[in-house]
Amino acid sequence: MIVTSAQHQEFEGKDTNVVKATIDGVELQVPKDAANRHYAAILEWVAEGNTIAEAD
Amino acid sequence: MSNARKLADNLPSVGQLGNRNILINGDMSLSQRIGTTATAINGGNYGIDRWGMYYSGNIYTTQQVTDAPSGFYNSMKLLVTGTNTPQYSFFGQRIEGLNVNHIGLGTANCQSFTVSFYVKSSVAGIYSISTTNGAGDLAYPLQYTINSANTWERKTMTIPPITSGTWARDNTIGLYLRINLGSPSGRTDTSGAWSSGNFDGADGSTGAVTWATTSGATFYITGCQLEVGSQASPFEQEPFEANLRKCLRYYFNSKTSASLPYDYATQYISTHRFYKHWYNVPMRATPTVTTTDDGGAPSHYHPNEYHWKGYVAAAASASSARLTSFTADAEL
Repeated sequence: MIVTSAQHQEFEGKDTNVVKATIDGVELQVPKDAANRHYAAILEWVAEGNTIAEAD
Repeated sequence: MSNARKLADNLPSVGQLGNRNILINGDMSLSQRIGTTATAINGGNYGIDRWGMYYSGNIYTTQQVTDAPSGFYNSMKLLVTGTNTPQYSFFGQRIEGLNVNHIGLGTANCQSFTVSFYVKSSVAGIYSISTTNGAGDLAYPLQYTINSANTWERKTMTIPPITSGTWARDNTIGLYLRINLGSPSGRTDTSGAWSSGNFDGADGSTGAVTWATTSGATFYITGCQLEVGSQASPFEQEPFEANLRKCLRYYFNSKTSASLPYDYATQYISTHRFYKHWYNVPMRATPTVTTTDDGGAPSHYHPNEYHWKGYVAAAASASSARLTSFTADAEL
């Protein structure tokens, strides 16, 4: 899986436990569960030096 | 041979009589994502439920079909659509650690386990499988031979115990069965021995290599079973509902549309609406949910493996918000 962007999400100032990410060209809302394969790919992307952007 | 002898020969040598098959959807009867459409799928993504597809360089499509040996209705058909040499080429099933703990992988009590399946290929010759751990640093490559082209044949292979290594016990990958379809030598290793590395199959899989580079080549497989012990018992046929519920732990598709929507948002405060969905069975992990809508794209909110929630900013006076489709993916 190729991750090209990721951003934390908030609702009313609180984290929603979801990251909005673009993976293989598709925008997904990925839960922050290390056992989720999409979130695992995001964690690998972060380990490569990338950063999950703060929520808007 | 007496009937009693035949019966004894077909009984499992180890373990329980029911729920022997550790693989899910081994008869290829469920295809929630692609139905019966031939689809190019790679990157470890899924077509027929629970079967992840990998290729690079070469290309093959995946399809659920009704070409099957006696005793089965469906098989998975793979069709090569080019002649390029692959960098890797295989497919397989990642099995949860929770479902293989009774094998005792990596312990002194580890047992043998046996893989069996029915296969038909347009290219006869030597093929191979591999079983690996989740980390991909231990593998057991093993050759098998397809004797005749375009003929259904049953193959059985026994993997000896492994008493070392790291094997996940939880809801991550506890065991990974790979069916090699032409991965090059850097991704294969000696047949019939546990080795350190991430291997898709065995060295010398000449039939599989030819298959991967032959445009129009076909490979059909069904009746896939992985069971404890050194003997392949007959494929364990299950009620469709049992297989479906096992698959729903990993993937759910609402199969709805704009004309037959999946869900309607509920106005829970003056400024926001809410969707909530309980999964039919608890999912393996918190799934990645995708939706389509006609006026209320939801923001997901603290989902878990039991349920999903999404909210939409909309006043009560606004037009209705509906989800027209819903998928949840908790695959390995």
